[in-house]
Amino acid sequence: MVQTAPPPLSGVVVEEAGGAVDAVGLEARAAALATRSIKRDSKLWALDLAIRCCDLTTLEGSDSPGKIAALASKALRPAPTDPSIPHVAALCIYPSLVPPAVDALSGTDVKVASVATAFPSGQAPLEARLEEVRYAVSAGADEVDIVISRGAFLAGGEVAVFEEVQASKEAAGAAHLKVILEIGELGSYDRIRRASLIAMSAGADFIKTSTGKIPQASSLPACLVMAEAIRDFSDATGRTVGLKVAGGIRSAKDAIRYLVIMNETLGAGWLTPDLFRIGASSLLNDLLMQIDKQRTGRYSDPDRYTLD
Amino acid sequence: MGERVDVRKTYKLFIGGAWPRSESGRSYEVMSADGKFIANAARASRKDLRDAVAAARKAWPKWAGLTAYNRGQILYRVAEVMESRRAELIHEVERAEQDQGRHRPDPAESQVDEAIDTWVWYAGLTDKLAYMAGGLNPVAGPYFNISVPEPTGVAGIVCPERPSLGGSCARLAAALCGGNAVVAVASEKHPLPAITMSECFATSDLPPGVANILTGHKEELVPVLAAHGDVDAIDVTGVASKDLETVEAAAAANVKRIVRAGAAGQTRPDRRTQPARSPYEATAFMEIKTVWHPKGA
Repeated sequence: MVQTAPPPLSGVVVEEAGGAVDAVGLEARAAALATRSIKRDSKLWALDLAIRCCDLTTLEGSDSPGKIAALASKALRPAPTDPSIPHVAALCIYPSLVPPAVDALSGTDVKVASVATAFPSGQAPLEARLEEVRYAVSAGADEVDIVISRGAFLAGGEVAVFEEVQASKEAAGAAHLKVILEIGELGSYDRIRRASLIAMSAGADFIKTSTGKIPQASSLPACLVMAEAIRDFSDATGRTVGLKVAGGIRSAKDAIRYLVIMNETLGAGWLTPDLFRIGASSLLNDLLMQIDKQRTGRYSDPDRYTLD
Repeated sequence: MGERVDVRKTYKLFIGGAWPRSESGRSYEVMSADGKFIANAARASRKDLRDAVAAARKAWPKWAGLTAYNRGQILYRVAEVMESRRAELIHEVERAEQDQGRHRPDPAESQVDEAIDTWVWYAGLTDKLAYMAGGLNPVAGPYFNISVPEPTGVAGIVCPERPSLGGSCARLAAALCGGNAVVAVASEKHPLPAITMSECFATSDLPPGVANILTGHKEELVPVLAAHGDVDAIDVTGVASKDLETVEAAAAANVKRIVRAGAAGQTRPDRRTQPARSPYEATAFMEIKTVWHPKGA
């Protein structure tokens, strides 16, 4: 893509707020926040919050309506024998499985989130990608997770990415739009920050770290740079955007570290499922296990928790 | 030129094939039998114990899945490596256990020899357990009925205080022989030979995490080990008799197999030389699986 002059992105927040990132300082800050010690009561509170912020995810070729039904019950009652455990925020699935998910979750507070736009690569014609968004929404998805065209972005097509996100937002209508940057493919913190600002300027309700489909998934510094972008964007425009971390988050300890980064960067206002999500499949059982550990004082056994 | 500075060994924990310090940063003083300072040993915390159990759980399927013959080769290799460090082990045991004033003729040497021979003994047992403890059962019907001993899983071992090397060798070899992964709490007073033993593990093809060794205060570690939900068996040989009841009660919560040396009726372990070697010591850490299979017409 070749930009025409004057660049259509001039004047939007990207230009004013998209500065260079101090990578060494960023990583040091993320590492320092990761060492923060969270003690018993706060830990229980954080574990409970992490469950409420969880997007229980299955994105496999082998997903079937039966598996979706099973996962939906897990989303509603993560610990079947313990009503004190809250439900998760959403069930995150492929578009073709939205109908069974809507069947299983209608009338509950658990949202149905569908990935779209040729997830995970985004390498499909724009019209086909937008059609996928429209399908997911018409089938009843409350939230749509789209991927940006990393290929176009890295080739300098920032305008194209901006317009694609705008078009996806329009196609999604009232559904919440989460924009996946796939940070592992962007290559630098500067680009992560720039892609975050472009996505937010184009109308994203959430920006999301990764698809979870490539080895280099979510990381604490990437979460921090995105959180800072959200903060700067919010200061400049007054619009609040959420953050979703996804990919490779398997332990409760990691989940709590992300919560610390959110709290320290954006404040307690972002510690809610409306503005923070954790996309994960195996994290939920570890959260349950750690809650049991905190309550009983004894280390628990992974076999005591339901398989997905 | 000044005198050469001693290069002293730092004794650390053995978790997942590595030697970390305790995450708590704590250590404690280890004294010789006549009260002289020998070294600082890491004082493991319950988080170290949790990490060790996680490492053992992760390593266990591979160890249990090896052929019994292959496990035997690896245990024999442990004996070989220990043999090559015999002098060092004798020195360590001697320093730990022998009061200079009441020196007996060579008990350290015989303890180390016995300990190495114990590994050879259990190395030979690995591929014999299946027919010693299992086999074809006679049933009234057109079925084969077959019993096989299988490893229980992750075994927690509270090593006896003495013999410092022989005790831990005998108990670990018995558990590893049948294919269990092990989290051992070493002798509290004499933990150093067990850590040197772990260095022999690391050079013996024993997969990382199959055997983990913690040093520290038993009072602090054993209750956590006993209560841990992901530990399938606990060897209470090294638990003081006054604490047995509470340890066994904690272990009952997830129906742990409770094992102790010599419990199967064979000769009592000799405190000064060695806990007993016996196939029963190995099968105590195992479970019998029985399957029915229809006979052909």
